[in-house]
Amino acid sequence: MSAVVGTKQTGELLKNGAIQLMLAINAVIMIYPLFVMVMSSFKTNAEIFSSPFALPAHFSLANAERVWSETNFVRYLANSVGITMAAVAMILLFSTMAAYAIARYQFRLSALVLMFFLSGMTVPLKLAIIPLFIQLDSLGLVDSYAGLVLVYVAMGIPSAVFIMTGFLRTLPRELEESARMDGASEFRIMRSIMLPLARPALVIVAIQNAVPIWNDFFFPLVLITSDNLKTLPQGLTVFVGEFTTDWGVLFTGLTLAALPITLLYIVLSKQFISGITQGAVK
Amino acid sequence: MNSGRRHTKKAFPWRRSLWIASLLTPALVVMVLFVLWPLLSAFRLAFYEFNGLQPTGFIGFENFRKVLFEQPYSDWTYNALKHNIIAFAALMVFENGTAFLLAYALLKALPGHRIHQVIVFLPVVLSAVIVGFLWKLFLHPLFGLVNQTLALVGIGAIPWLGNEHTALGSVLFANIWHWLGFPTLVLLAGMQRVSKEVIEAARLDGAGDYALMTKIIWPLIAPSVTIVTILTFIGSFNWFEIPYVMAGLTGSPGGATDVLGLYFYRTAFGSTTTGIQDFGQGSALAVMMFIIVAGVTAIALRYLRRREIEL
Repeated sequence: MSAVVGTKQTGELLKNGAIQLMLAINAVIMIYPLFVMVMSSFKTNAEIFSSPFALPAHFSLANAERVWSETNFVRYLANSVGITMAAVAMILLFSTMAAYAIARYQFRLSALVLMFFLSGMTVPLKLAIIPLFIQLDSLGLVDSYAGLVLVYVAMGIPSAVFIMTGFLRTLPRELEESARMDGASEFRIMRSIMLPLARPALVIVAIQNAVPIWNDFFFPLVLITSDNLKTLPQGLTVFVGEFTTDWGVLFTGLTLAALPITLLYIVLSKQFISGITQGAVK
Repeated sequence: MNSGRRHTKKAFPWRRSLWIASLLTPALVVMVLFVLWPLLSAFRLAFYEFNGLQPTGFIGFENFRKVLFEQPYSDWTYNALKHNIIAFAALMVFENGTAFLLAYALLKALPGHRIHQVIVFLPVVLSAVIVGFLWKLFLHPLFGLVNQTLALVGIGAIPWLGNEHTALGSVLFANIWHWLGFPTLVLLAGMQRVSKEVIEAARLDGAGDYALMTKIIWPLIAPSVTIVTILTFIGSFNWFEIPYVMAGLTGSPGGATDVLGLYFYRTAFGSTTTGIQDFGQGSALAVMMFIIVAGVTAIALRYLRRREIEL
């Protein structure tokens, strides 16, 4: 009897060992390239070629200084921050307003309006880039922050309305009713009572939109031509073009570009994961 | 419960309507101007001839005929389409297959599974441009990390992106590295929703790991598998950034990494390799891609939903 238990336990141990091994190998494959990228950013070109696996001889910031002073990198970074923040703020504002109307009031067209927003989720806006380009051009918004932000807002609203409507519907009616009895205005009820309760959904929506907007390359590539207006992913292509043979500087650029979102992710990994997988797991 | 609302309705019907309308207006205006209108226009513009930015005349199916039947455009179209199909198949097998194994490993909830979950998802939050350039550097024929590692075991330099037999695979590998965490966590979420009681009951009935997986977990995570399959399909048709960054900037050998997303962009906005810039042909490509994505997704949803079991 005990022998049987013994083999069973050994089997279990072996299996768990195999699982741990597989996860460990995967972790190395995921992390090691990033580790090399960071380490290479401290190296000189010669060092990268002669001792690719060694740690840098000196943790020199010379590459970072060159990226900072010789390129438009800071400008690209600032553009990305500004455009992402503006787009996410507008997505949150517009979609919360619309979702609030759909979720908290009964009106004749509410189902139709919701359907209209939801159908936007199925449209790959990338494929509508030609008419979008013509449209923005006729509005004088090609090669401007505003044009890019509006495209991102349009891209984000459908899923944001979907998530916010679902969340706002779950809030209890009683709070709203009693405030109404006390004579609070509709705006006051929304602003001071319902929206503070919706914060968790707002965080999800913000992350779900901020990540793809921050990372987007396609729309700036088409809509932005001035170097001063370029976003970070787009700016990286310029940057790589300038330093094709200076690998230390290239790795530094990639490291600096990856740093902001990686740090945020490490701090807020739970919210990031649920934010990005939210739509799919629903 | 409704009395309060009814009261408001009676007292201020027009004010209430105005309030609701003003809440809806900004979002609706953006959607109409930048989603609905462009989408409808995309279908219209495919039937027009263009002179630069301006449609100059209705030409029926001429744009479609060009991209489907007139060389060299048709060759480029089918070449790109072929690569999209290969990409989808490869991603299903290698990315989602690995994701499935990883999800099952993570389900075991052994010590450290939380940190593994964070690690596998880390590349997902990075920009495809960063990932593309990173792997382009690592795959450098002489000095890249991959070949330097292979040199340690005596394998000579391989020009990964410069060879038409390895270029597409290299680009796909970078893509899998980038996205692996996403299907992994979607499948894991599906597996975690299979209730402990169901698993325990199966265990009591003597089900081993294999039987548990094939008879219980696999059928019950069908909704997650559906989502992963469809997102992989849509993703392979939207595929643009990584091929563009890794091989598209300079052009790839024999068009080995050209996919529809890249070909569509070049046709519409011009490129050095094909020498054309035509909004009409671009729109025709966009319409066909849209129909393929929407059509296949609808059919796949119907088929895949059928094998889903309600609990």
